[in-house]
Amino acid sequence: MQRQAAEHKGCGTSGGGGKASCGSGAGQRDMAPEIWEKVKNHPCYSEEAHHHYARMHVAVAPACNIQCNYCNRKYDCANESRPGVVSEKLTPEQAAKKVLAVASTIPQMTVLGIAGPGDPLANPEKTFKTFALVSKTAPDIKLCLSTNGLALPDHVDTIAKFKVDHVTITINMVDAEIGRHIYPWVYWKHKRYVGKEAAQLLSERQLMGLEMLTARGILCKINSVMIPGINDQHLVEVNRAVKSRGAFLHNIMPLISAPEHGTVFGLTGQRGPSARELKALQDSCEGEMNMMRHCRQCRADAVGLLGEDRSAEFTTEKIMAMEVNYDTETRKAYHAKVEVERRAKVAAKQQELDTLAGTNSDLKVLIAVATKGSGLVNEHFGHAKEFQVYELSTAGAKFIGHRRVDLYCQGGFGEEDNLATITRAISDCHAVLVAKIGGCPKADLRAAGIDPVDQYAGQFIEKSAITWFKNYLEKVAGGEIAHQRRGDANIRQGAYIAA
Amino acid sequence: MALKIIASQCSGCSACEPECPNVAIFEKNGTFWINPKKCTECIGHFDTPQCIAVCPVENTCVIDTSQPRYQPAA
Repeated sequence: MQRQAAEHKGCGTSGGGGKASCGSGAGQRDMAPEIWEKVKNHPCYSEEAHHHYARMHVAVAPACNIQCNYCNRKYDCANESRPGVVSEKLTPEQAAKKVLAVASTIPQMTVLGIAGPGDPLANPEKTFKTFALVSKTAPDIKLCLSTNGLALPDHVDTIAKFKVDHVTITINMVDAEIGRHIYPWVYWKHKRYVGKEAAQLLSERQLMGLEMLTARGILCKINSVMIPGINDQHLVEVNRAVKSRGAFLHNIMPLISAPEHGTVFGLTGQRGPSARELKALQDSCEGEMNMMRHCRQCRADAVGLLGEDRSAEFTTEKIMAMEVNYDTETRKAYHAKVEVERRAKVAAKQQELDTLAGTNSDLKVLIAVATKGSGLVNEHFGHAKEFQVYELSTAGAKFIGHRRVDLYCQGGFGEEDNLATITRAISDCHAVLVAKIGGCPKADLRAAGIDPVDQYAGQFIEKSAITWFKNYLEKVAGGEIAHQRRGDANIRQGAYIAA
Repeated sequence: MALKIIASQCSGCSACEPECPNVAIFEKNGTFWINPKKCTECIGHFDTPQCIAVCPVENTCVIDTSQPRYQPAA
């Protein structure tokens, strides 16, 4: 387990054979202490942390230096919600005030990211000014940024200087022939490059930047957009390329594409992957390196736990009127409480897992969970805006993704009623764990072959899931029920927006 | 002729502003504008006008035909 320890060269890069055991799904016991220290409160780098800690993005970086076929910066609809779109731009001073206001109101907020809406490193002055201001007034907040990588090699030293210890690079290809179908142009050193030359230049700069960061011990997450028919098979190769350069975590995300977004892919009818296609690709890369599966593809001005967006509470107007009292001690006390909860959760999971020891079964089933956070089954079925999906096997409960069911912008889902939308979103699951559920939806879910379970209300998700799975296996073994395979499910398009 | 930015198409992303070698670009009411008195169409600086090269919205930075053509000093 400690094979990949010592140096910050990512996951298992030095070891031969076996799977790297750090990264998103892993817990404290699976990684070197200094790496755990860096990721344990970072919701985007640790699946386990994302149930407890929140992040915020500040939109200080509007300019971009490349064009991607899945992005359209012009489009500006009030209901729009994708990476690259924001409600309002901020100056570094406004951003610093916002960070203090949010961190004082939401003590779970541990991470400040700059992710756009353009590219942070195409706006280096605004980005680093923001980091300078925040590191002075709120030194306990972790800084991170997300970039397309084109300008990255020029800024690695500044990134290190500001102690930004998490950097995300979006890498969709390592082959310019594939890249030219994703990037129409890049702007570099006063020149616009197009075609293969553009993709080649971008790829070289991305990989160079990644190597420079990992050489300095900065954790790197790689984001890749899965575009069926263009780079879906190729992402396995991308995964190998970034792993060999010391990347810590790989996040393969589904393409968000609809005609109303006005993107090239939206207009050409390029589809995104289904839930099963996405999982199959993530599973096939997992043999190489642990995968991030809890990404919510949030906006460049998102605030809150992943899966919620409280940005509407913190508009510039509201922030500027707020009296902010930044109290590190209160925050510390809150985090200590969270850590106690986390330990209890992990202990409960382990205890339950031990009771599975000796059970032999090849069955793997998916279940959906309605949760408001803290790793508990604590959301009513009818109130859930998303369901978290876990894969259950005799190895335990593994988080594999989430399914959105909120009602904003029905892109592609028509005007059908809410329950049908939910059933389609979790139709690959055998059961749904909820805090409470009404009689009608219960009957409808059963008719659709999904078991509605409310007996674990308020309890830990993973422990409950394992208990449910144990019962399921017993019933199958006893002939009480016959195991049936479930179908595919829809991935809902778009990121969260405040309700 | 100088260049101009078609305001209705400008997304206000600010990418052009720092690229202009003549500091001719400024922000007003959320979109960007070119001062035709300062714009040289990048002649003498670069092969192509930088605002056109970096702008994410096609055909938004265009030649303003109402302005006299820029004449570089002989």
